[in-house]
Amino acid sequence: MDEEIYKQNILDHYKHPHNKGIFSPCSIKQDGKNVSCGDSLVLYLNIGNGVVEDVSFEGDGCAISQAAASMLTDKVKGMSVENIKLLTPGDIYTMLGITISPGRTKCALLAYGTLCTAIKNYEKLLDH
Amino acid sequence: MHNTFEHIKKDFPVLKDNTFAYLDTAATSQTPQSVIDAISDYYTNYRASIHRGLYPVAEKATQEYEKARERVAEFIHAGTDEVIFTAGATASSNMLVYALENTFDLQEGDEIVISITEHHASIVPLQEFARRKKLVMKYIPLANNFELDYNKAAELITERTKIVSVMLASNVLGTIHDISKIVALGHKVGAIVISDATAAVGHIPVDVHHLGVDFLYFSGHKICGPTGIGVLYGKKERLNSLYPGFFGGSMIDVVEKDRATWADDISRFEAGTSNIAGVIGLAAAVTYLEDIGGTKAIHSIVADLVEYAMQELKKIEGLTVYVEADVRKNTGIVSFTIDGIHPHDIAQIAGQNNVAIRAGHHCAMPLIEELGLSATARMSLYFYNTKNDVDRLILSLQKAVKTFK
Ligand SMILES: Cc1ncc(COP(=O)(O)O)c(C=O)c1O
Repeated sequence: MDEEIYKQNILDHYKHPHNKGIFSPCSIKQDGKNVSCGDSLVLYLNIGNGVVEDVSFEGDGCAISQAAASMLTDKVKGMSVENIKLLTPGDIYTMLGITISPGRTKCALLAYGTLCTAIKNYEKLLDH
Repeated sequence: MHNTFEHIKKDFPVLKDNTFAYLDTAATSQTPQSVIDAISDYYTNYRASIHRGLYPVAEKATQEYEKARERVAEFIHAGTDEVIFTAGATASSNMLVYALENTFDLQEGDEIVISITEHHASIVPLQEFARRKKLVMKYIPLANNFELDYNKAAELITERTKIVSVMLASNVLGTIHDISKIVALGHKVGAIVISDATAAVGHIPVDVHHLGVDFLYFSGHKICGPTGIGVLYGKKERLNSLYPGFFGGSMIDVVEKDRATWADDISRFEAGTSNIAGVIGLAAAVTYLEDIGGTKAIHSIVADLVEYAMQELKKIEGLTVYVEADVRKNTGIVSFTIDGIHPHDIAQIAGQNNVAIRAGHHCAMPLIEELGLSATARMSLYFYNTKNDVDRLILSLQKAVKTFK
């Protein structure tokens, strides 16, 4: 049988997510969706001096996608935009600490993908 | 029946592993050995292109191909000149819609009425047609008990309606729709009536003339046939005046530099080299289904399993079913959700226990949204399933509930 993916820390983050909620105003609000399984996510970021000062999310979806959002928001709080841009999918898998099967990569990377889009859109805003 | 239920699994190589509970037939069915053998026989012994070769194996291939058409036509009570082989339900739907666009001069504001339960394979080609021609799409909603609201259908289908498309059975709710009723409403206003029978064929007896539809389609891989093969049925009078929707070799009469004319038989709808092995495999699947007792017997086995599953699912805390509860009107599908556990997580835990179910929107997003959900877990049953398969799923669900408590 496969390694257990519903490890205690995943379940804890799913049942008691960190940084969950809406805040406004915020520097950037970004929607993310994983339509094939029906996971949805909204990220709210406040960025000042190139650093993520605060971050939260709202969402609805499977344990993997929601736990990943909870853990990732913890991770990027206080992180510089430049360092966030260096994050890779591999970092997300390491953070989750479980083996992600091909069928679950979209779930695992939903928060990460949404964050990448958010940062891109934020930088576009700055350019204008 | 030449088989009792316990023995039926032995016909399916994949199902010989009795720790594997396959409850995902609505996605694709499993393949009996006889179908694998028929495909293999073609590739091993008489592979050739059809309709042209003047040597023995080509003649044999052509014969088997046309025999297959007879077999499949009989299965849905159609004429052999009414059965078109395609690459599957999706290909049937796209080709049909394009053919209709080529044939009829629909005007801005003309209406297409379909049901809210339709599969994306039915919705999207029509939606694209509507976009190109500025047509209006209208949806027949659900009534209580996950049936279609036939009163609303009667209101929606009007003189402006040119095309009506309602699936014969829902791949999410299992509901068998009253297509004859829809046909009566559609034909009263002169509309063309289409039915996606993908979730119904192989589960219940299908008689196209009794249903009265103008067009009907399905995929071979949901009824024990190979992937990449499907059928588009068209009523003879309709096909006679239907302009083709797919062009190339094999479907023409004469090709000149700037124009072409079409073959005068069914081959005008089968452009290119067909999936010959697929057609032969599909016919073998139909033969298999009839050998084990036919669709009536299959439906009664499946109905018993649905009844059992519904009773057992009651044991699971926080579980809600979205299902046609009258098992005689259900094609073997039970969709459900469990409070606090996302369907994807349910399916993953089942999968870890070697129980195959599906989670998601099942290619019916408008329906899932109508139900107020983002996804369901779905078990789908076929004649090769047993109560033991259901029990294994129930055990997995209990595990899931415990994990997420
Ligand atoms: C009701 C229904 N219609 C159409 C399809 C599309 O079939 P295919 O993917 O074989 O073209 C499916 C299967 O996914 C289905 O369940």
